[in-house]
Amino acid sequence: MNWIPNIFRRGKLYDDLSEEIRLHIEERIEQLMSQGKSREEAQREAHRAFGNRTVMEERSREVWQWPTLESVIADVRFAARQLRRSPGFTIAAVLTLALAIGANAVVFSVMNAFVLRPLNVPHAQTLYQLQHSYEASAYQSYPDYIDLRDRNHSFEGLMAYTLDEVGLDIGNGNPTEVWAEETSGNYFDGLGLHPYLGHFFHASDERGPNSAPFMVLSYDFWHTHFLDDPSVVGRVVRLNRHPFTILGVAPRNFNGTLLFFNPPLFVPIVEHPSLGADDMNVRGDRWVFEVMGQLKAGVTPAQAVADLNAIGANLEKAYPKVESKMTFALARPSLYGDYLGRPVKAFMAGLMLLTALILLAACANLGSLFAARATDRSREVALRLALGSTRTRILRGLFTEAIVISLAGGSVGLLGSVALLRALSAWQPFPNVPIHVAVNPDTNVYLVAVLLAVISGLLFGAVPVRQVLRTNPYGVVKAGAFRGAGKRVNAREILLVTQIAICGVLVTSSLVAVRGLVRSLHVHFGFDVANILLAETDLSMAGYTGDRVPEMQKRMIHALEGIRGVDAVAVADSVPFAVGTSDVHVFAENATDLRTANAAADVNIYHVSPGYFRAAGTALLMGRDFTDHDDINTPRVAVVNGEFARRLFGSVNGAIGRSFKMADGTRVQVAGVTEDGKYQSLTEAPQPALFVPIAQFPSILTTLVVRANSASSDAAQSIGAATRNTLRQLDAGMPVIIETRDKPLEFALFGPRMATVALGVLGAMGAMLSITGIFGMAAYSVSKRLKELGIRIALGAQRKEVLQAALGRAFRLLVIGSAAGLVLGLLATRVLAFVVYGATPRDPLVLGGVIGAMALLGLVATWVPARRALSVNPLVLLRED
Amino acid sequence: MPETFKTETTGRDLFPGALEMMILESLRRQPSHGYALVQHIQQRSNNLLQVEEGSLYPALQRLLKARLVKAEWSVSSSNRRVRTYQITAAGVRRLEEQISSFERMFEGIALVLNPAKGTTN
Repeated sequence: MNWIPNIFRRGKLYDDLSEEIRLHIEERIEQLMSQGKSREEAQREAHRAFGNRTVMEERSREVWQWPTLESVIADVRFAARQLRRSPGFTIAAVLTLALAIGANAVVFSVMNAFVLRPLNVPHAQTLYQLQHSYEASAYQSYPDYIDLRDRNHSFEGLMAYTLDEVGLDIGNGNPTEVWAEETSGNYFDGLGLHPYLGHFFHASDERGPNSAPFMVLSYDFWHTHFLDDPSVVGRVVRLNRHPFTILGVAPRNFNGTLLFFNPPLFVPIVEHPSLGADDMNVRGDRWVFEVMGQLKAGVTPAQAVADLNAIGANLEKAYPKVESKMTFALARPSLYGDYLGRPVKAFMAGLMLLTALILLAACANLGSLFAARATDRSREVALRLALGSTRTRILRGLFTEAIVISLAGGSVGLLGSVALLRALSAWQPFPNVPIHVAVNPDTNVYLVAVLLAVISGLLFGAVPVRQVLRTNPYGVVKAGAFRGAGKRVNAREILLVTQIAICGVLVTSSLVAVRGLVRSLHVHFGFDVANILLAETDLSMAGYTGDRVPEMQKRMIHALEGIRGVDAVAVADSVPFAVGTSDVHVFAENATDLRTANAAADVNIYHVSPGYFRAAGTALLMGRDFTDHDDINTPRVAVVNGEFARRLFGSVNGAIGRSFKMADGTRVQVAGVTEDGKYQSLTEAPQPALFVPIAQFPSILTTLVVRANSASSDAAQSIGAATRNTLRQLDAGMPVIIETRDKPLEFALFGPRMATVALGVLGAMGAMLSITGIFGMAAYSVSKRLKELGIRIALGAQRKEVLQAALGRAFRLLVIGSAAGLVLGLLATRVLAFVVYGATPRDPLVLGGVIGAMALLGLVATWVPARRALSVNPLVLLRED
Repeated sequence: MPETFKTETTGRDLFPGALEMMILESLRRQPSHGYALVQHIQQRSNNLLQVEEGSLYPALQRLLKARLVKAEWSVSSSNRRVRTYQITAAGVRRLEEQISSFERMFEGIALVLNPAKGTTN
């Protein structure tokens, strides 16, 4: 094998050769001239004697070429020519593979980004987060974090962070709400990062609460909000009205250690109090989102866990009242340990399996298409064999065809999946939350796609091998390709019916899901949606505390009531479906031991102002709304929903005037009962809900519910603008998010929508598979029986009879598969009802839709073979033999 | 790889490998360049063999590639720049193998063509 050096020497070899031949001819000419011939004559004769110079030179060069290359290129050319001749087959095959390989590339890419690729920090392999051993969460209290950090011997240094929403004012007096990551001082150093610009804060900057008013920007935030301005380093901006100095910009591809969540800025965790929380040093209050650290060299995870558990046991002993279950496990921080890690891994593994099966099924279908082609070409194959071609050579041709198709399909699929992945990476599903799905493809993804393409090409290319190997040239030429009917039912047909059935299930369930989604947008969920605006603000971000909070809330209500077109205004700490709804445990009136285990119910609680129910459009079934007299000086009252009344008091009717206890022992009397509604999820079972007067149970969280006279979008626009202006006049430093009432529902609809999209995508895949499957089978059966069909036509068969003979079996399989799919799909929608509100199979539109879709699918798949069967010309066929 | 790419027939009147054999034999006697080789072969065969001059070169390249000959640019006695070929040790071995197998073949053919002679021997 000396062709490798030859590749490099080739240029020189070729030059030598040309030169040599030129000199040869020259010498001949001179010799001829010396014999007395004229130059012209000599030249002619010399060239004649030499022969065709180009051909000789070409052949001499060929000696040095890699021998296979040329023949491979010839095979590829031949395959391309063959494929061009049957565009229907080629397009069907390429598209099938494009979808199947594209799906695999997308799923692999997501898995690669979430599970396989390590976190983008140095030494990610030894970075672990502390997780509770009894559940997949990682919350710790700050004092616990300090103790764990200082007492352990296993980690290079434990880092901590938490996520918080803050009001950022970059100096234009117009604060916006952004997410910040509050990190321990050792965060950047512990992760081994170096700033893109400026510098980071360090552990040495932490000297007690509020001692480090510094900020580091993420690269992306700096890029989009400060336009790459390097002079931001040293600038002072305000967070929740407190001045913070920008120290630097984090490295370009560092977006925190959580894969989905890209915090725009980082502040020291010791600034927690100045950002409005007073739980910094409360040991029982587990607000620190995650604690993580690099294992010391030579320490195993098991040793580290033992070390941490020992510290935990000590803490439990030292603080028996607040500490419990201080046992730990180690997990990867990128998906918040097992909390997201386990479901994401399981989901991705399932998805990968599914897409692999899709690819396999696609290969099986293409295999039968190839078998059909091989049958069509059996005469050509036989002729070639008879003329002395080897079977290897013919098989190589077939495989080349398969590989050409699979590579074409792979490339198309890869291009599509790259576009999809780019879009997915740029997508921000929730407007005010920096959640991203960064799944940009890398080399691994390209490699896998090419590998899959080649493997599938070899797989489906192998299907007709036996057929070719068994070809008896004499027999085929004599008798044609017809080989009689095969077994009654074969594995390929069972596979095909299964595919059609699965496709039917998917089509049924996606139609059901779509109908459910549409329906769920028009249902009353216990509050009005159409003419309501929400103005959400956090008074802590604007620096309000204590008595100034309720006073400000009242001023806001009054101011907004003055806007033209506004019907009613009320305040609530939070509204159903908004992020951050809280829940409390309530106890029976006579309960004395107020431990969580004894609670009568865990209920959603809303702190609302008088007039809330009218403004929100929540019907009061009985009793009364709150009034301005329900304040700190009067007995505590509440309005509960029907479910609450039934759970605590047995019935709605007997609830008014009854009392219950809060966890702190406060006795609360029921003043009214509202209708039941949905509070967190559209498909939840009836939930108990509790409304308390915000004057009696103050909250700094402020959502203004603004009810407009009209539901038109113009009214919403003008009232929204007026609301913003009015609130700014009250306090220009208060960040406000104004949105229509349907926006918070987006979160609740996200799951069902994703489920619907996923079902739709899978349904499309299933349809694609079924189409190629039926197409392959129908094409094969038509090819195989072409002569028989020709004879039938010659004997006067009607079109219907011809179709019956050619496609009857394919149609029967389609009907069986579709019927099975429809029945299974209707059963499956019971599961779907847990995800999508109002998903019901008792819907004529769904039934009609499924039947229509499957019929269309059958029509598309059998169109080409049917045309071929009908256009059989018996004369041509018979003449060929 | 298909054998067809290695042993190409070099002329209508020659069997595969014959030209190579003659080249090797000529070079064993004396290193020479392409033009001189053609002259030599045609003269030695009394012009019985009609070798197309150009077909010499693919054959020479095959021999070069198989390292049966080596080539070198030099200046000839008549003062022209020529690429002189020289047989290698491997070339000599191959030539001897080929000659003996060729002789056996020739003998076999002769026996078939002239059976009387064969039986008397």
